[in-house]
Amino acid sequence: MSETPWYNKGLFSSLNLRQKTLLTIGLTGLVLLVIFISGTLIDANLPTDFSIKMQPPSFAHIFGTDWMGRDMFIRTIKGLSLSIMIGIGASIISSIIATLLAFLASINKFCDSFVSWLIDLFASIPHILLIMMISIALGKGAFGVIMAVAFSHWVNLTRVLRAEVLQINTSEYVALSKRFGKSKLWIAKEHILPLILSQIFVGTLLVFPHAIMHESSVTFLGFGLSPHEPAIGIILSESMTYLAMGAWWLAFFPGMALLIVVLLFDIIGDNLKRLFDPSQANK
Amino acid sequence: MTKLLEVNNLSISFTQYVQGLNRHDSKVITDLTIDVNENEIVAVLGSSGSGKSLLAHSILGILPYNSHVTGEIKYKGEVLTQELKEKLRGKEICLIPQSVNFLDPLMKVSQQAIGECEDDKEREEKKIRQREVFSKYGLDESVDDLYPFELSGGMARKVLLSTALLGDPNLLIADEPTPGLDKQSVEETISDIKNLKEQDKGVLLITHEINVALKTADRIAVFYSGHVIEINTAENFKDADNVLHPYTKALINSLPRNGFKLTEGVQPLDDVIGCPYYENCPVRMDKCEKNKPKLINHNGVMIRCFNYEEVNDES
Amino acid sequence: MNLEANNISFSYTKKKPILKDISLSLKNNEIIGLIGDSGSGKSTLCKILSGHISNYSGEVTIDNQKIPDKNFYPVQLIFQHPEKTMNPKWKMEKVLSESWTPTQELKDTFGLKDTWLTRWPNELSGGELQRFSILRALNPKTKFIIADEISTMLDAVTQVQIWEALINHCKANNIGILAVSHDEELLEVICDEIIHFNKINNI
Repeated sequence: MSETPWYNKGLFSSLNLRQKTLLTIGLTGLVLLVIFISGTLIDANLPTDFSIKMQPPSFAHIFGTDWMGRDMFIRTIKGLSLSIMIGIGASIISSIIATLLAFLASINKFCDSFVSWLIDLFASIPHILLIMMISIALGKGAFGVIMAVAFSHWVNLTRVLRAEVLQINTSEYVALSKRFGKSKLWIAKEHILPLILSQIFVGTLLVFPHAIMHESSVTFLGFGLSPHEPAIGIILSESMTYLAMGAWWLAFFPGMALLIVVLLFDIIGDNLKRLFDPSQANK
Repeated sequence: MTKLLEVNNLSISFTQYVQGLNRHDSKVITDLTIDVNENEIVAVLGSSGSGKSLLAHSILGILPYNSHVTGEIKYKGEVLTQELKEKLRGKEICLIPQSVNFLDPLMKVSQQAIGECEDDKEREEKKIRQREVFSKYGLDESVDDLYPFELSGGMARKVLLSTALLGDPNLLIADEPTPGLDKQSVEETISDIKNLKEQDKGVLLITHEINVALKTADRIAVFYSGHVIEINTAENFKDADNVLHPYTKALINSLPRNGFKLTEGVQPLDDVIGCPYYENCPVRMDKCEKNKPKLINHNGVMIRCFNYEEVNDES
Repeated sequence: MNLEANNISFSYTKKKPILKDISLSLKNNEIIGLIGDSGSGKSTLCKILSGHISNYSGEVTIDNQKIPDKNFYPVQLIFQHPEKTMNPKWKMEKVLSESWTPTQELKDTFGLKDTWLTRWPNELSGGELQRFSILRALNPKTKFIIADEISTMLDAVTQVQIWEALINHCKANNIGILAVSHDEELLEVICDEIIHFNKINNI
């Protein structure tokens, strides 16, 4: 009756699930942090050296070089760190919007139907279209992209939080709290917020990969960051010109790197979710 | 005669995170020994939240993943493994759950009772059987097509009971069958359960209501802080002088009809080294603090107390 | 002081009223028992008396005055399931102090142990949690207690303990109790008077 459970076998057998999850989160977080910090340390104006232009990957330049002789590895790192920065900005803003709207919905029936209507409205517009419109309206650039991604990605989290707040509001402890003479604001702050904090946190992290992908795609399409900024989207759209000439590395490595960063964020989000999930929280 | 159900030294603990990364094993049931014969109703009596439902869950093999079980459970002399539990449950061993919340709210009552079928022939047979059992408990054909939420309290109880009886089980486990029911419904439930005994079935009744246990059961096991402290006949429970353990005495004396007598003290939160009742015990000895008494047989009564162990040794 | 309910009617759905023209009066020095079948609407009446439901017809008054809704409500309800009345992310200390801070003496009377204060609600048993929810309701501003099946889920020993403590405190501080239960034996022991719910509900 007392078999060793699956999670206690194998390489990390001495660790419990929570330790393993935290280890995963820590390691992925560290990788992302290194990319981010080293990216910010790189000067945006890379040296150009036409004597080594368009070189395929080698040990000197592991991602190869572009048509101006710039090292693609350094450009990629710089681009990724820019993406991460925009991702952080966008996902935090979208979570704040979601939280505010969820609380707004809990005030009364009218507010609730307004928020529901807003959710339906934004959910019905294709993401990429919405992002392009907002980005153009706000004058493109980093600010435009952050706002565009933030204003198009609050929908899912709002839906989750709204339901959660609604449920907590009908609980007996909130009913009692009102009878103890506590104000709505006090209840929102003391009762509801601690209960939805983990949802907000996970929600923020799960918006991250979306934010990065969408930032890159609108930039690629020319509606996002301006061409002189070292973004991944710019790198990719520039590389299109040279792909036909066989310079595959210009698109391949930055694209892969972007994919990996997105995946890493996804891993963190999923692991955190598992940590907060009561049905398996005790493994 | 082999016993229908035998539980020997069963302990159940849960692994939980206490703070940060530390996991802690919390013992919910300690060294539980109990048996049920055919044609007998045994009640497990303990306060709600004391973990007595877990006994039912472990017999049926539906404990959650982070539980840890030691000890053995035998059914008709055969050790119950997880595979055997899965084979027997719903057929030989059945659970009568607490409320309709245990039914699927989106499925008609009769469909749930019949369950999965391999082909139409089996479905027909099961349907006939279901009708037979349902009508025995006064549920007419209109009930078959109702959804769980449409059932009234009394009907719901009958549906749960007859659903459990469909497979013609030998052992029934009733988990809190009378939560908050009014007097008449409680009486009906009690007579329904007693009726099962007449049909040569064994019943393990898990409840916190001492009145239900008294009226229904042949023997009563008292559950205190995860331990069975006494198993005595229901007859003896009518008078505090006839039971052995000080807690059982306190329990009987605290009933409204027996004087509503106050006994101080609360059950310990965590598993203790010594006797779980040490803190509140009027007849405690020094050794009770550090040593845990075993459940022993004292003139046919199972009791967990050093006071009786010594008497036993001398005789 | 006198808590009065006059001609209370209420229905969850338009068709079927659950309470009709119920009138009830409770003085602050008495304990009245209310007995009735499960699902008959006793809990709904409790919620109306303690201000948890507001869209009823009829009126609830204390000394013929409407009860102000904004501040601490002088009629406090104690529920059957204490674990549902506590925020799972709060430690017991905070749960208790949300209402008020009782004296050490009072905590002892209710058998509250100091070690429980630093625990989470899911680490305590129903009996222990119920002690908290009762003590929480006994704020000095409380004039009446509505006890809705508060000892139904508890063992007999704990039942005596919490009723003893509750009744002693309420008698000493002139707090009236409406004890709702389906257990007639219990009500006969603790109450001054027993009302049958079916007799006051005019359905």
